[in-house]
Amino acid sequence: MKKTLVLMLSVVMALSLLAGCGGGGAPAESDVIKIGVFEPMTGANAAGGEMTVEGIQLANEKMPEILGKKVELVIVDNKSDKVEAANAANKLIEQDKVVAIIGSYGSSLSMAAGDIVKTAQVPAVGCSPTNPLVTLNNDFYFRVCFIDPFQGTVMANYAFNELGAKTAAIIQDVQQDYSVGLSKYFVDAFTELTGDPNSIVATVSYNTGDQDFSAQLTSVKGLNPDVIFAPGNYGESALLIKQARDLGMDTPILGGDTWEAPEFLSIGGAAVEGAVFSTHFTSEAPVTEVSEVFLADYQAKYGKAANAFAALGYDAYMVILDAIERAGSADSVAIQQALAATEGFVGATGNITLDENGDAVKSAVINKVEGGKFVYLTTVEP
Amino acid sequence: MKRILDRNQTRQLILTLAALAGLLILNLTLDSYKIRIVNLCLIYIILGLSMNLINGFTGLFSLGHAGFMAIGAYTVALLTIPPEMKEMNFYMKPILPALLNLNMPFIFALLMGGIMAAIFGFLIGAPVLKLTDDYLAIATLGFSEIIRVVIINMQTITNGALGLKGIPQHTNDTIAGLFGVAPKTNLLWAGVAAILTIYIMIRLMEGSYGKAFKAIREDEIAARSMGINLFKHKVMSFTIGSFLAGVGGGLLAVSLGTIDPTLFKFALTFNILLIVVLGGMGNIRGTVIAAIVVTIAMEGLRFLDAAMNLGFMTTPALPGLRMVVFSLILMFVIIFKKDNILLTTYMKVRARYAKNQ
Amino acid sequence: MSIQEFMQHLVNGTSLGSLYALIAIGYTMVYGILRLINFAHGDIFMLGVYITYYGITYTPIPWWLVFILSAVITGIFGLVLEKLAYKPLRSAPRITIMISAIGASFLLQNLGVLIFGGRPKAFPIPDVLSKTLVVGGVSVAIVSVVIPIITILLLMGLTFIIQKTKTGMAMRALSKDYEAASLMGIDINRVISFTFFIGSFLAAVGGILWGTKYPQLMPLMGVMPGLKCFIAAVIGGIGNITGAVIGGFILGLGEIMLIAFLPTLTGYRDAFSFILLIVILLIKPTGLMGEKMTEKV
Repeated sequence: MKKTLVLMLSVVMALSLLAGCGGGGAPAESDVIKIGVFEPMTGANAAGGEMTVEGIQLANEKMPEILGKKVELVIVDNKSDKVEAANAANKLIEQDKVVAIIGSYGSSLSMAAGDIVKTAQVPAVGCSPTNPLVTLNNDFYFRVCFIDPFQGTVMANYAFNELGAKTAAIIQDVQQDYSVGLSKYFVDAFTELTGDPNSIVATVSYNTGDQDFSAQLTSVKGLNPDVIFAPGNYGESALLIKQARDLGMDTPILGGDTWEAPEFLSIGGAAVEGAVFSTHFTSEAPVTEVSEVFLADYQAKYGKAANAFAALGYDAYMVILDAIERAGSADSVAIQQALAATEGFVGATGNITLDENGDAVKSAVINKVEGGKFVYLTTVEP
Repeated sequence: MKRILDRNQTRQLILTLAALAGLLILNLTLDSYKIRIVNLCLIYIILGLSMNLINGFTGLFSLGHAGFMAIGAYTVALLTIPPEMKEMNFYMKPILPALLNLNMPFIFALLMGGIMAAIFGFLIGAPVLKLTDDYLAIATLGFSEIIRVVIINMQTITNGALGLKGIPQHTNDTIAGLFGVAPKTNLLWAGVAAILTIYIMIRLMEGSYGKAFKAIREDEIAARSMGINLFKHKVMSFTIGSFLAGVGGGLLAVSLGTIDPTLFKFALTFNILLIVVLGGMGNIRGTVIAAIVVTIAMEGLRFLDAAMNLGFMTTPALPGLRMVVFSLILMFVIIFKKDNILLTTYMKVRARYAKNQ
Repeated sequence: MSIQEFMQHLVNGTSLGSLYALIAIGYTMVYGILRLINFAHGDIFMLGVYITYYGITYTPIPWWLVFILSAVITGIFGLVLEKLAYKPLRSAPRITIMISAIGASFLLQNLGVLIFGGRPKAFPIPDVLSKTLVVGGVSVAIVSVVIPIITILLLMGLTFIIQKTKTGMAMRALSKDYEAASLMGIDINRVISFTFFIGSFLAAVGGILWGTKYPQLMPLMGVMPGLKCFIAAVIGGIGNITGAVIGGFILGLGEIMLIAFLPTLTGYRDAFSFILLIVILLIKPTGLMGEKMTEKV
């Protein structure tokens, strides 16, 4: 017993020594401004994280300095895991002494860091998390994208107005708050449009990582809805649509912004032709002059067309730099106040004005899959 | 004059107080990132010991730890999140009315977390513990997954996949105020819990129950012929282990501030298994050391994931290298049978310095 | 539910079940001889799929040859895994070797993340296998027909090997009584290596067929199927190959029927397998076709 305690004691002492020499790290060099980035680079959300970071890095190359100082990106992988997300955010703030944070793809990951940035008073800007809870009640969390209540309405409108749908079926990933949340907003909007609470003929679920949806799809097929709304990760969604087509279902299938990934096309193959989804950005219809420049730069650096997440990453970085400039200082609280006042900022994904919750009021883009590529359909204003 | 405590107990008392004092000092001097790590270390000590009780001391190969942690975590969360926060959390489907206003002080919530986990441990253990090793492993793994799936689906109780946010943290305001430092997460909760756990484990193993557990681990049939009630002891060990796992889970929930079902996948059990294997099955001291080392290493090895500048060349960023290294370490330790490598290293170092006195 | 719908569910369930069956065979063979739950089996399955992916995408070798080659390579890989991770621990307590299996599984998963990248890849399905037939209102993908046929063929072939060849006899002897068999002069190492090779080979075949039906490749894709297939093996009677196949079908059909008839319980789909497992373990632990084993002191 005593040996254990001696041990614990010595370890505790050792740690405090660590604290002495390790704590604080290098004194903050005053000629470098550090911006932290925490995104999922591995794990289930790796694709989204990677795409976002590509955009951020492009932006950093484009504007590597502000207020006469160099801007350095500190990129940490949150492994698509909440515990890691919290640790990552903490590390960025305490160890790397960043003045602002960009991240994360995935609303639940962003929420894990929510309290940390709030207590530490370091502003965070999410590129693509769409769940309302990310910024609610948190003055230090902002986002440059729209939120799910809006997105759900967009797709419901499309289904009702463009497709003339009177009935719909929902297929949701019950393990993703994104999917469940977006489905709910779609349902609310759709039932209001049709005026018929029974217009949702079925709500079926699956789990993240599931590969077989034949049972759920067969049940839905029997109910014959006019349209299916299936917001979920691109992998599962692609498989789902493929299996639906294999079952002989030609019902139009709609989704949300998570479908915008090259894997959606490669895994879905011919089956996803005609799939329609809402997203933040399209490379075909540049919204602003900044979009055009961004598209050209992205193509030059990466050799492929830009996607929504890279564009949002780009904008998040630019918005922060703009805030730093307006604040005239790299102090976290000053940046936060400047961010809160962001109005009419011209970004690659559109005009960004941050409302009282820190959310961007922006238009949504509807894309369709045609000829094995994402093709622009239309823009919807808020 | 008769002493109130004998020598041994005096020593224990002094050391306990010293450890607590040490924690207090850390609480005041370290930054919140390091404090989070220390907190995590303490929690993993509790978790490692709880798994060691079941797997190491009693020889029951249980892989269900994540499930009990989940029960503990959700219980504590539901009992400590204030009602307004709960309403905000349950924006998809409202919470079960009975649970909305159910709130209790943290200490009771934590105990309830442990008790709920223990109840489930008892219910699960009773039918399952008579299975042999491999089947027990899969059955407990199965239960852990079932618990997780149930949590995901009971929207009105657990908020399903959305998880629970806004679990109140505990900061050391008063003491920090005394010293004029910014308040940080209070390490004393986890610290006291960890010390109590160590104490419970030691007393348990020194007593007759502990001897029975070890006997069961060594040879079940012989133990039974010696008159040891296998079933009763197995269930007892399993239940106590689950209780501690629940407490650990509850503390983890508070440390993170937000929980959701994906937290409690098998990977979590694997982490604790790693600690138990590295520290030595059935070895209290080893588990404590291993818990601290593994937790610090998990954070410390982050550099493996990023690009490394080796002076003469720069390796590209390789996300995932960290976990590969971890798995390799486990494999090496297991295969080369140095399963209390940390302890033997420690003892060698001690021995070397002891000679110099 | 119409007859058509029901038939559709039946087809889906059979297709899924035969995939489970194929992978379950590997588990049951290894367990029968070594009494080891090879947790890494699911990840070997994953490996087989990825090797096929790289083979078809980056080499000019025709797809059917890639299928065969990658199954062989995976078989060899399983053999090597056994030599590295399990052989040194043959005399160690069972818990140790099981931890080694778990460790190997995690290592493979993380290596997968490191080497293949966390982003999913699309399995290159050969054109001939991607068609769908419609029979009486029920859609039957060609793969759904091919898979059960291949499973049964392989099962027959395997049963032949086990019943009619010397190596097969050695395998049966080892699984009946390990010590006695080794005393009889059977080359244990060879038999075990052969077992792992066959098991991994079958896992790879299962993986390839899985890929044609569910073309999304992720490094962690083997985890759930691995667990479920072990459950299938247990349900059918661990150590018994026919039992494994039956168990696979029961699990596959059961899952599909659960969702078909009780759609509100879809979220519990994975839990279903585990619940079934526990019920079997409590009622008939030796599984449907297993034999009772007495433990000698």
